[in-house]
Amino acid sequence: MPEPAFFVVMVAKIVVVFGLMVLSVAYVTWLERKVIGDIQVRLGPMRVGPHGLLQPFADVIKLMFKEDIVPQAADRAIYFLAPTLALITAFISFAVIPFGDRVRLFGRTIDLVITDVNIGLLYVFGVASLGIYGIVLGGWASNNKYALLGGLRSAAQMISYELSLGLSVVGVVMLSRSLSLVDIVNAQSRAWFIVLQPIGFLIFLICAIAETNRAPFDLPEAETELVAGFHVEYSSMKFAMYFMAEYANMITVSAMATTLFLGGWRGPLLPPVFWFVLKLFLFIFLFIWIRATLPRFRYDQLMRFGWKVLLPVALANTMVTAAFVALR
Amino acid sequence: MTGTVPLNAYLILSAALFAIGVIGVLIRRNALIIFMAIELMLNAVNLSFVAFSRFLASMDGQIIVFFVMAVAAAEVALGLAIIIALYRNKESVNVDEINLLRG
Amino acid sequence: MEWLVFAPLAAMALATALLVVILRNPIYCALSLVGTFFALSGLYLLLQAQFIAVVQVIVYAGAIMVLFLFVIMLLDVGHEPPPWLRRDAPRLALGIGLVALLLLELAVAIGSKVSHGVRGSYTSELVNAVGNTQLIGRLLFTDFVIPFEITSVILLIAIVGVMVLARR
Repeated sequence: MPEPAFFVVMVAKIVVVFGLMVLSVAYVTWLERKVIGDIQVRLGPMRVGPHGLLQPFADVIKLMFKEDIVPQAADRAIYFLAPTLALITAFISFAVIPFGDRVRLFGRTIDLVITDVNIGLLYVFGVASLGIYGIVLGGWASNNKYALLGGLRSAAQMISYELSLGLSVVGVVMLSRSLSLVDIVNAQSRAWFIVLQPIGFLIFLICAIAETNRAPFDLPEAETELVAGFHVEYSSMKFAMYFMAEYANMITVSAMATTLFLGGWRGPLLPPVFWFVLKLFLFIFLFIWIRATLPRFRYDQLMRFGWKVLLPVALANTMVTAAFVALR
Repeated sequence: MTGTVPLNAYLILSAALFAIGVIGVLIRRNALIIFMAIELMLNAVNLSFVAFSRFLASMDGQIIVFFVMAVAAAEVALGLAIIIALYRNKESVNVDEINLLRG
Repeated sequence: MEWLVFAPLAAMALATALLVVILRNPIYCALSLVGTFFALSGLYLLLQAQFIAVVQVIVYAGAIMVLFLFVIMLLDVGHEPPPWLRRDAPRLALGIGLVALLLLELAVAIGSKVSHGVRGSYTSELVNAVGNTQLIGRLLFTDFVIPFEITSVILLIAIVGVMVLARR
């Protein structure tokens, strides 16, 4: 039995990370509206608080007070379960991501990671594959053929790109010889993996955008196509949960990209947590920038790209990396 | 309730899960649910393998489970394709109605 | 101490497995099976097989069951009528009777013996020191390389077979 202080530290870490995640999800929505507004030469939210900084709170309050409509023939149990599942899987993948190096507080050394599992990378992929349930069950439970089709399309897209996502990080695992995210960050002490694995990085980025259903891969849930997809019958808090789950997923894949390719919390001079947050927001900005710039893929183009282009390239990258590592 | 869980506990649990799978195959008439019961049986056996792997200090059990999972994935894909082809012909997945070859 | 983790996981595995064979709605059955897979994954973690536990979630709960759900949703199979409505009592009684016999036999066989298997060399300490995944990787490419290659051929056959069978 570990000593009680261990549990206190663990609970404190969980509370801090969870709180920061929720705050980040709220403010990424604000950031997105401001950045997209800037790219489109307009101001974005400006009224609620200085420069619209309180806009996320206004959005949450509005969504909470909206009428919660449940379709009459919907499968109630699954209708309530699906957004919860999406939200839970979006948040728990943060349990294995290292935010920084060690820190000394109150006389004890605390590692800035909630738990360092020796299969951390596979854990994140497992949680990502569970996120598909939230979408496909939401589409089914709405008892609406458009929701079902949107949900199935979205799930098929996520499954297809999950494959290339997994393959693109095999090169990273070969170079760091471990599946633990803490070990992967430590293995980047001499060179970040983006230098050693540029193609893997590119594939990871593209697949991450497709995994989180962000533009230009957001056909299954775009408002102008297919009646907003799997969440068409959802209102009020359940819709807010899907919404939050999407942004939380975006933050999670950005965190994974920084951990796997950009050296995690590594950086000169300034405290490690600062570097981690900086790189995280770099990726989030990139996602928002891509959304504002690129047009949407058609569904067949999307699937063709995932299977016929990304998968062979990811496999080739794996083989070349394996050859290099074996010959070293 | 102290001490480690003995091997027999895992084996009895595995046997129980296997038995529930067999009941599912025998009683249910929906082909998809029969298939799910078969997956349950495969998983019960996986549990046995991993339990033995731990208690006999050998990695063979876990390797075999790895292969069982890969083969189960292949088998599920093919089985579901067969069920879909069947549904296209007969509009039903009830195994009682798939009796065209009955003499 | 281990019992505190084993007992709830075992109970959850048994309960969800029973729900799979009892529930009428195929979607609820599929979701119960996912619950069973989670319970089994927890049991694998308890047995210190971390790689197998995570692969169980990724492959079974995350891919195979999603495939099942796709097929159930697209084929829109309805609810099955309960057995008493189908006047199936003889088959039901025979099935449950035979399985009870099977379970009794297994329980007697398991309970009466102590395992006399040959003890190998991969003790828990060695596995935890080297790393569970690293050991499995090493063994897959040395002792078990032929089954590994054959498995890849099996998966290829499955892919080709599915394309042929599901084509109109």
